[in-house]
Amino acid sequence: MGEEMAAVAIAFVFSLFFYLLLTAGTGSILLWSKAELVVAVLFSAVVAVVAGKIYKGLGIRPSAKLLNPLRWLLLLIYAIGPLFFQMAKANLEVAYRVITGNIKPGIVKISPGLKTGLARTVLANSITLTPGTLTIDVDRKGNFYVHWIYVRDKKPKPGEICGSFAKWARLIGG
Amino acid sequence: MIWLVYLLIGIGMVFQALGSIALHRFPDVYTRLHGATKCTTFGSIFIYIGIMAYSAMLVLQGQINQVSLLAHTLIVMALVLITNSTGAHAISRAAYRSGIKPGLAVVDELRVAK
Amino acid sequence: MGEVDWRMISAGLFLAAGALAVLIIVCLIRLLLGPTAPDRMVAVDTINTQVVASLVVLGVAFSETVFIDVAIVYAMLAFVSTLYVSKYLEDNP
Repeated sequence: MGEEMAAVAIAFVFSLFFYLLLTAGTGSILLWSKAELVVAVLFSAVVAVVAGKIYKGLGIRPSAKLLNPLRWLLLLIYAIGPLFFQMAKANLEVAYRVITGNIKPGIVKISPGLKTGLARTVLANSITLTPGTLTIDVDRKGNFYVHWIYVRDKKPKPGEICGSFAKWARLIGG
Repeated sequence: MIWLVYLLIGIGMVFQALGSIALHRFPDVYTRLHGATKCTTFGSIFIYIGIMAYSAMLVLQGQINQVSLLAHTLIVMALVLITNSTGAHAISRAAYRSGIKPGLAVVDELRVAK
Repeated sequence: MGEVDWRMISAGLFLAAGALAVLIIVCLIRLLLGPTAPDRMVAVDTINTQVVASLVVLGVAFSETVFIDVAIVYAMLAFVSTLYVSKYLEDNP
């Protein structure tokens, strides 16, 4: 019962958030009109109940960690700080490779040892957006198979590929 | 202040162009994905930041209803950031499973694991 | 901060949208040439990102927020279609 309620609550909070974001600037109560606020709550409730049924039917159990605002704050700090810096570096590197055509690709394996799905998702997406690396597959044990555009080391440590990202992923999704 | 918007959108356009050129510069699917995903995502983010700066200027000048432009662009930015990298995983995994080997690869740990 | 001139930014944004259209044509060449199906998928994915960007830019240039709503829906549908085609390629090599 608890897990089902968590799924419904997550769907409710997310759809309410997105509805309010999409209709910002329509009225005078803060930024919204009264009708929009009523409709937002109604629609979010309907969406949440339907989504809860679908989740149950598919056997997906979203973790209640998604409702913790502290994790979202951490994700925001992470996205603006280290991730954005690494993305800038990544793009300059790819620009260099596009112009010179100097590549030495290969698929390497790293084992950062992350347990939860949320942490693995954050790390995989971060690896894709950072210098010269692209996650291809993740197996059940949490090994990441990474396509590296310029292989410097055939058996790399996790730190060589993702820097401090494994720590951040563990903090956000652990 | 308007030059800031032009500068941000200009940087974004340069990276978008690099993404398009990367599709023709690189030899196989995986390396093309590198160029296409990273450069277009980063270029889009710069374009959206430029537009958000512009709408923020309008809001500061007193056009409160321009908040909706800011919020909508923020949503598009978050969506592009999440969906592009996930789509790249999906394509690269599908390419590997459908039997395309990375042509110039010096090491292939995934084949060893299978 | 001085008054922002609406018409000036509009001209710049139309220029950006035109440049994005040229980049989309460059990607279309890869879509036609691409030797394998995943190559074409990469081209389609790139085109989708650029279409979303140009929709947002045009939305600001015409000062119509509706264009940006369309861009949101387009981005979501493009993501779902990418996942579907990838799944199909995975199951039918």
